[in-house]
Amino acid sequence: MAETKKIATRESFGLALCELAKEHPEIVVLDADLAAATKTDIFKKAYPDRFFDCGISEGNMIGVAAGLASCGKVPFAASFAMFATGRAYEQIRNSVGYPHLNVKIAGSHAGISVGEDGATHQCCEDLALMRTIPGMVVLNPADHYEMTEAVKAAYAYNGPVYIRLGRLAIETFNDPDNYHFEIGKGITLKEGNDVTVIATGLVVNEALKAVNALEAKGINARLINMHTIKPLDKDIIIKAAQETGKIITIEEHNVIGGLGEAVSSVTAEYCPVTVKKIGIDDTFGHSGPALGLLAEFGLDADGLEKRIESFMKN
Amino acid sequence: MENQALLEMEKNACKVRMYTIEGVFNAKSGHPGGSLSAADIITYLYFKEMKVDAAHPDDPNRDRFVLSKGHCCPSLYGALALKGYFSGEEIKSLRHIGAMLQGHPDMKHTPGIDMSSGSLGQGVSAACGMALAGKYDKADYRVYAMLGDGECEEGQVWEAAMFAAHNKLDNLCLIVDFNGLQIDGSVNDVAGLEPLDKKFEGFGFEVLKIDGHNFDEIEAAFNKAKTVKGKPTVIIAKTIKGKGVSYMENQVGWHGKAPNAEEYKVAMDELNAKLKALEA
Repeated sequence: MAETKKIATRESFGLALCELAKEHPEIVVLDADLAAATKTDIFKKAYPDRFFDCGISEGNMIGVAAGLASCGKVPFAASFAMFATGRAYEQIRNSVGYPHLNVKIAGSHAGISVGEDGATHQCCEDLALMRTIPGMVVLNPADHYEMTEAVKAAYAYNGPVYIRLGRLAIETFNDPDNYHFEIGKGITLKEGNDVTVIATGLVVNEALKAVNALEAKGINARLINMHTIKPLDKDIIIKAAQETGKIITIEEHNVIGGLGEAVSSVTAEYCPVTVKKIGIDDTFGHSGPALGLLAEFGLDADGLEKRIESFMKN
Repeated sequence: MENQALLEMEKNACKVRMYTIEGVFNAKSGHPGGSLSAADIITYLYFKEMKVDAAHPDDPNRDRFVLSKGHCCPSLYGALALKGYFSGEEIKSLRHIGAMLQGHPDMKHTPGIDMSSGSLGQGVSAACGMALAGKYDKADYRVYAMLGDGECEEGQVWEAAMFAAHNKLDNLCLIVDFNGLQIDGSVNDVAGLEPLDKKFEGFGFEVLKIDGHNFDEIEAAFNKAKTVKGKPTVIIAKTIKGKGVSYMENQVGWHGKAPNAEEYKVAMDELNAKLKALEA
């Protein structure tokens, strides 16, 4: 297994951009006055001539990115998930999505694990917003290595991509020597036949701890890391539904519009089974330390263990 | 402008207006008023100002045009057809199911369209991105973007304006088609913009004010814009909504309405008479 080190996926993103930019001069990076927070400042230091700060104007930033892409550049435009996808939703839809331009949008500080800044900055709707745009690829990497590979894959894909980044430093659990990232292909982290847990993003590692702990209690859960929300890996979901019956989805996102509903729509159409959706229950977050909030919302390993166990008993 | 060149320009502008009426009439919907107010400047851009080649619409070194007031695409389609980007027959199926020509510009399917547009305020940002790419590549192409006066009510226009000035995008030239009318009435009554020139000056632009139907003034402004260094230029062009069709001129009701068969005939008769006079 990989050594355990904690790093936020936003930082992994900034580092990956720098690596990728060495070989690809058409990569440029835009930010909206949050470079120190989104970690595009890592790129800015390395490539000051290829970094453009748009100031606090996310809508304009997305439009500028569209114009750059129309001229052959590959812009990565970053802001907080709330403002990148919320404030600038219509610019993304009309200036990037409709012409299917090669713009990569990075939304940092997603979910309640933003922490102390509170509800206005805790975006739990970004995956829902982005997955409704035709042609948009939606990625939600779970750790450092996955983010590194996701950035490369986003670059290699010719079209719009949304990548969700987290603020909180988290453990790295993927093994870089045996890791393969492919857009639209979920990864089975643990085999099991009693139930399938499908998790995405920052909570995948928490889910991994939870299902491992449940093994001792006689619950043999399969765990799938669904790093791509769109295009969604239908095959892995249908197979799980057929083989384990029940499905539990886990996301640091509103249960409305996110992974849970995406998975449910696949099972409803191809293999109806019960899908228990664990996430943010259609509410706003609030201020507090990130780990405390994850525990309060039942999204840490302990909380997930209890909720999966409770679901399996009922 | 030299006499023969002026005559040719006026003929082309008249043909662009005929395409506009043809398209909107056959679509039974669309936006004739603002298309006609923009027609002279769009004609000048494609027939004199811009380095473009209809045979190579994707040439990376071409000049770019973003019609940020995308609803006025009938005139742009007319100019593109006249330049040979596609057949003039396409205009007749504007807005029809399965047609190439969409109700608002679609860069993916229409040769010559440099940016999909139509959601007001967004085109200026895209033009900034194109101009920035030109600076980054040390390319010498220029970027033009036309917006409506009402469109200047969109906040994004001013975000983009600040960006253009901050990045010294002197390869960018905006044109405000100032016809004074928007859907809900006169711009002054709805959400007054004045002093628009002072606003753009304050945002760091070189500001040129012209009569948007006078080709000498149009030519002088675009020539001047090319000499401005270190900052973007905006040409505020005073125009007449519905220009060229008598009953549409300065009538807010013709913002987004198609002429009926009778009105269509009157409009085409007027434009045909104008063209004949120019060709005589």
